[in-house]
Amino acid sequence: MSPSFADRVSSPLMAEAIGIFQVNLGYRCNLACRHCHVNAGPLRTEMMPKEVMEQCLRILESHPIPAIDITGGSPEMHPHIRWFITECAALKRRLLVRTNGAILLEKDYESFIDLYTDNQVEVVVSLPHLDPYVTNRQRGDGVFPKLIEAIRRLNARGYGQADSDLILDLVHNPGGAYLPGSQAALEALYRHTLLHNHGVTFNHLFCITNMPIGRYRDYLWKTDNYEEYMAALVNAFNPAALGKVMCKTTLSVAWDGRLYDCDFNQMLGLPVCHGAPSHVSGFNLDELAHRRIATGNHCFGCTAGTGSSCQGEVAA
Amino acid sequence: MADYYEKKDLEDFGNIGEYAPELGKKYFEYYGEAMKAGTLTEREKALIALVVATTQKCPYCIDAYTNQCLSLGISREEMMEAEHVGAAMVAGIVLAHTTQMRKIIKKKEM
Repeated sequence: MSPSFADRVSSPLMAEAIGIFQVNLGYRCNLACRHCHVNAGPLRTEMMPKEVMEQCLRILESHPIPAIDITGGSPEMHPHIRWFITECAALKRRLLVRTNGAILLEKDYESFIDLYTDNQVEVVVSLPHLDPYVTNRQRGDGVFPKLIEAIRRLNARGYGQADSDLILDLVHNPGGAYLPGSQAALEALYRHTLLHNHGVTFNHLFCITNMPIGRYRDYLWKTDNYEEYMAALVNAFNPAALGKVMCKTTLSVAWDGRLYDCDFNQMLGLPVCHGAPSHVSGFNLDELAHRRIATGNHCFGCTAGTGSSCQGEVAA
Repeated sequence: MADYYEKKDLEDFGNIGEYAPELGKKYFEYYGEAMKAGTLTEREKALIALVVATTQKCPYCIDAYTNQCLSLGISREEMMEAEHVGAAMVAGIVLAHTTQMRKIIKKKEM
């Protein structure tokens, strides 16, 4: 594949701030989705120790970072998640939790909807496709109706409702070896279909390009789609998206406290480098807010077309 | 013929303005305007483009617009239903042209 990402950018990619402190609590999940870049699943054992969670809280207490983004794996499966969410909420920042949605129907986890509601957590639910067949193929048999039921229960608490402050966002990931379409078009389709077919509502749709790493890369290789997919990403390179990539304003904390420029670099084992602190124990806001970002060819995934981030497209 | 219709040739589409850059530029501006959402949605336009691609038998366009339809969340069933519109139109066009055939038959036969 040519050219490389480094060839396409004229100067090193530099962070501009830390606007989002993203905490990956671990890789355990009750699902094993085929598009998952984390390779998360029921057999993963990585889990953030409470000591690291406390370090994260101390950093957040002492620095005015506006948003906390909790992800995994399935964050709900972490033994200290309830305490951590309560502590984060007390900091009065924007607080997001990325959930697979289906777990909210499990007996041991049903009460998380109460926890999220009580703490005004922005809930981000993965709903890759409106076609039950495609979503189930991607995330597992029977997942689609569970997601609809989870959204229905969240709606009942006020999530995703026009007259409520409780934010419910959905995530679309393509169900195969192709790029996502325009977020505006897909959001309109999701809004119409979910309301008319299922009677549920949401706030925003985030369209996220599947990253050619983790389980999704395995899928691309096994189906002989890898080269073609990478070519599609490279050919869709958009300098406007490069200027707005999320790593410029995000810091990703792994379960073991190591710091990364994004969750994707975390999965590739590419920690913060170029001299900036690479562990929460050495956190330094000034150094990290202006760090040089570690890049690779997977970065074409965030710069293709209208771009992609954990908050959806960046350069519409 | 092995080097005709190579998949990688689709990547060269952006260079069709070569040798006639002004016309190429005008074409891409027109293409962009025609394809963006207007009274019709992006989904509707993608389905029209897909059906034109198959009825005109353009492998590049079939590749591009099948991907575009998938990207826009258009289902396999919706794509196939649209293709049947194209198939019905093509069949109708063939049969409509038998008017000419039938006219000639009627003129020539005793």
